[in-house]
Amino acid sequence: MKDTTWLALIYAQLSLVAVGGVAPVLPEMQRQVVDIHGWMPASEFAALFALAQAAPGPNMLVATLVGWHVAGWPGALAATAGMIGPSSVLTWAVSGAWHRFRDRPWRTAIQAGLGPVTVGLVAAGAGLLAASTSQNWPAAAITAATAAAVLFTRLHPLWLLAAGALLGAMGAI
Amino acid sequence: MQPTRSDLFRGFLGIGLVGFGGVLPWARRMVVDQRAWLTPTEFLDLLALCQFLPGPNVVNLAVAIGTRFRGILGALAALSGLLVMPVMIVVAIGTLYARYGSLPVIHHAFTGLAAAATGLVVAMACRIAWPIRAQPLAVAVALAAFAAIALARLPLVPTMLVIAPLSTLLHRRTP
Repeated sequence: MKDTTWLALIYAQLSLVAVGGVAPVLPEMQRQVVDIHGWMPASEFAALFALAQAAPGPNMLVATLVGWHVAGWPGALAATAGMIGPSSVLTWAVSGAWHRFRDRPWRTAIQAGLGPVTVGLVAAGAGLLAASTSQNWPAAAITAATAAAVLFTRLHPLWLLAAGALLGAMGAI
Repeated sequence: MQPTRSDLFRGFLGIGLVGFGGVLPWARRMVVDQRAWLTPTEFLDLLALCQFLPGPNVVNLAVAIGTRFRGILGALAALSGLLVMPVMIVVAIGTLYARYGSLPVIHHAFTGLAAAATGLVVAMACRIAWPIRAQPLAVAVALAAFAAIALARLPLVPTMLVIAPLSTLLHRRTP
């Protein structure tokens, strides 16, 4: 099979098991891309992931970058379509029912049950992210100041990100 | 307020362009604060579904919001708006980074950017935690989910299979 076909198949599988986002399937993604298909060394995979996180857009763009690295634009499109296709079809199918049944008791119970779980998962995501980016106290201070500015001022977040990048480039971290 | 397909495309296009380091905080800002397509509670409701289903959360969110207002074409409009620019930008950055990423000043700027982006996610966690602050049961469930994933580093799928039904049952018993 061609590399683009493999990319679409691999990411379509990952799409359906990526419960909670892309982070949980990274080990499996690396196994496929590095160990099974030998498209790149593990260090290259790690670099592509960091880059996708620093770029604008969803974290799933690591799929796009891996596809692009393996097979150029056709690879990028195949991997992206694979990563979002099956899960999007599922969301499309379920979200209609989710809204239509909004007044049913079981629907309200599931929602009331899932809400706080979501709060915990987002907080966990923030905590894990902070654990890897807060390498020293200036970095932690940038994170805390940005969070406070978002919560208590009307500053556009893009300015806060630019300030973080500028402080980093000036050697504050 | 009912967004058109064009509104959906342009709204999510804006998110795709600015959403450094995770897009959910930007999505909430656009959908709830700026355009008022959803109330904070409705947003948390849809977000809960999108995090429960497999796939990238914000991609699911675009599909769910697009579907809710304009059906399958709305979903496609929101999805393409969200992804068209980031896909092109990430490939462009990949090309540049392959050439200049070893320069110290670039490396340090990326470190500062990542720290600030973390702050956006921290702020989002605070915002969505705010509505449940007065509900002891909900706070306990949120703390349990946080401890399982962030502290114990348990795998997500088994954790969700235990905690989601448990939380639903508990919330049914005490309406």
